[in-house]
Amino acid sequence: MNFPEWLDLNTTWFILIGVLFTGYAMLDGFDLGVGALHLFTKKDEDRRVLLNAIGPVWDGNEVWLVTGGGALFAAFPNVYATVFSGFYLVFMLLLVALIFRAVAIEFRSKQPMRWWRRMWDVGFAFGSVLSSFLIGVVMGNIAWGVPIDGRGEFAGTFLGLLGPYPLLLGVTTVALFAMHGAIYAVMKTEGELQQKLRGWINHTIICFIICYAVTTMATLLYVPHMAARVRDNPWLFSIALLNMLAIANIPREIHHGRDWRAFLSSCVAMLALMGLFGLEMYPNLVLSNPNPAHSLTIHNAASSQKTLGIMLTIALLGLPVVLAYTVSIYWIFRGKVKLDRMSY
Amino acid sequence: MEVLTLSRIQFAATISFHYLYPPLSIGLGVVLVIMEALWLKTGNPLYHQMARFWTKVFALTFALGVATGIVMEFQFGTNWAAYSRFVGDVFGSALAAEGIFAFFLESGFLAVLLFGWDKVSRGMHFFATCMVCLGAHFSAIWIVVANSWMQTPAGFHLVETPLGPRAEITDFWAMVFNPSAMDRLFHVLCGCWQAGAFLVVSVSAWYLLKRKHLEFAKASMRVGLGVGLVAALLSLVSGHDSAVGVAKHQPAKLAAFEGLYETTTNAPLVLFGWVDEKNERVIGPAIPGLLSYLTHGEASKPVTGLNEFKPEDRPAVQPVFQFYHLMVAIGFAMIGLAVFGTWFCWRRALVEKRWMLWLLVFSVLGPQLANQAGWFAAEMGRQPWIVYGLMRTSEGLSAVVKAEVVLASLAMFTFIYLLLFALFVYLLNDKIQHGPDAADLTPTGKLALPLRPTPEGRAEA
Repeated sequence: MNFPEWLDLNTTWFILIGVLFTGYAMLDGFDLGVGALHLFTKKDEDRRVLLNAIGPVWDGNEVWLVTGGGALFAAFPNVYATVFSGFYLVFMLLLVALIFRAVAIEFRSKQPMRWWRRMWDVGFAFGSVLSSFLIGVVMGNIAWGVPIDGRGEFAGTFLGLLGPYPLLLGVTTVALFAMHGAIYAVMKTEGELQQKLRGWINHTIICFIICYAVTTMATLLYVPHMAARVRDNPWLFSIALLNMLAIANIPREIHHGRDWRAFLSSCVAMLALMGLFGLEMYPNLVLSNPNPAHSLTIHNAASSQKTLGIMLTIALLGLPVVLAYTVSIYWIFRGKVKLDRMSY
Repeated sequence: MEVLTLSRIQFAATISFHYLYPPLSIGLGVVLVIMEALWLKTGNPLYHQMARFWTKVFALTFALGVATGIVMEFQFGTNWAAYSRFVGDVFGSALAAEGIFAFFLESGFLAVLLFGWDKVSRGMHFFATCMVCLGAHFSAIWIVVANSWMQTPAGFHLVETPLGPRAEITDFWAMVFNPSAMDRLFHVLCGCWQAGAFLVVSVSAWYLLKRKHLEFAKASMRVGLGVGLVAALLSLVSGHDSAVGVAKHQPAKLAAFEGLYETTTNAPLVLFGWVDEKNERVIGPAIPGLLSYLTHGEASKPVTGLNEFKPEDRPAVQPVFQFYHLMVAIGFAMIGLAVFGTWFCWRRALVEKRWMLWLLVFSVLGPQLANQAGWFAAEMGRQPWIVYGLMRTSEGLSAVVKAEVVLASLAMFTFIYLLLFALFVYLLNDKIQHGPDAADLTPTGKLALPLRPTPEGRAEA
């Protein structure tokens, strides 16, 4: 397909990668969050209900990460190469967490033994929390900036990736996903379990708001390049405001029993957060700190114009179809979870 | 050990383990489509019971395929960063296309296949099963295209960038249909279909031996053997085409497959043997002229030998030769098993032939071993290149990753994968011992809706 001259393919792909990772956060975010809450329920049946609430969809949700990774590889190979090799141990830990999570969901209910279920419950919860945390740590490092040398290679260390700001973002991400997951779980459950979950939502919201406030303060105080972007473009405050309104709306909707609107608000909050993050980063993909000249940008890290064009064609063909059947699948599995013999 | 060796071992170990599962998903996908189609066509609840049972096995293999698959995508970046920079423009596109066209399709409809039995109509469920099967095939297409581009690069040019040279696409379709892509794809799929089919055959044979679930086992056996026979025969055709392509485009690899050192006309085909690397010859029975004949259609034409290549441009001959010959030997054995199995099945004599049933019980190992051996031959045969003729494997590593870190991750994967494999075998065995559910002979939920009479009075699903 031929695209018009005025279309900046590099920027388009910056946005599309953002869309894929935002989709990932909104979708896999809730099933990672359900995982974080898993051990707080004590009854086996409650745990099964929670697992089956995400059962039909978690796998498709994770595909957003896989496709986001693939798209990053194709559109910005230098970012993919630098970040994945530079953050080697972080990504290896993330893989372990995702593997344990995936097999825990599949294996848990296959055997009735108490120790067996206990083991996979821990695996599922641990995998979910660790994945959320590490995703936050990676985001934190990207926002903070990492040392990059003149050849575009990562010049830091593993311990250097575990600075206070990335760790803070890790905790914030866990809190965000836990809140998102709690709302989703309320939508999919009924009766006593739902009442219990409803009570938890407030705790998760409070946790998240505290984390979020601390993160925002830390960003304004210690991440000057992010703060400067907002100062220079005051309209960005409107996105921040939207974000806060969306978060504030969650307890309101929950109070009125409009759970799906609370979930939608949570999605909007994530969208605003990711939007803000993207706008503060643009046109950088990985900021070089301390030497900004070595940053990987949408220009020096990108594939050729030809490839970006081909990829855009693929995305335009594929994404509408993907959205169509994602929506259909959620529609087919709408409503409260009922356990049957095919359930986890 | 150095980073290169460790990273290669890690990639080989993780991909080998991963590759136990996708072929099963692809093969079982085809089997499921056939079983459900038979159910829709005949209305015989036995086929419903079969589809339900094999869906559970499918779910198990699929889960492990997903869990171990994401490791592969990450590993290009973590361990092979220089390679990723070099090929991202080309290879990355195929990988991204795999995500968009294949994985979403597969995982989305998998939900309906596994959990939708009581939620959607029969037709919709069958559609979902077809889509999962199609998605699994799509993923094979894109990943084999990407790998084939590493074997026979096409549709690109080399460009100097500030961060070093790299390959960029000039012609997308030439990249997709690179010289080896379609032959290899066909051959890979034949291997996958056999992996799924012979799992079904193996479990069915076990039930027949134990005189359990007889009707279920016989019907599953027929489907399994049918798919297995067709796939095994097609493997021969696709394997031959693939080898002719290798001779043309990667002569050093073919020479290593066959252990041929001197370029000669009337080149012999060694049936099995041992490569005497010091004296540059193979010890073992050979058929004179057959290799030339298979490669060129006539014995008088020459086949290129390893001596045409500098020692540093040759793959390790012994393992490539052995893996290749193992694959071919198993391939023929599978054809034999499938033909005899089908023959006895046809004559309704299979239940009495206990020795044959025992062979069929173990037949599940054949395609798995052959798939692994085939990939080892293909990938080791490509060495010392990571992208044939363009980039050496040693040049593809991540500059910043140290040996001890790779050793740590390798140890971690080894531990986790051994654990997962043990659990997989345990759970698979458990499902097999449990057998099909008698309750599945009476469909429930939306599937149980009575046939709706049409105005003409004919039944319609």
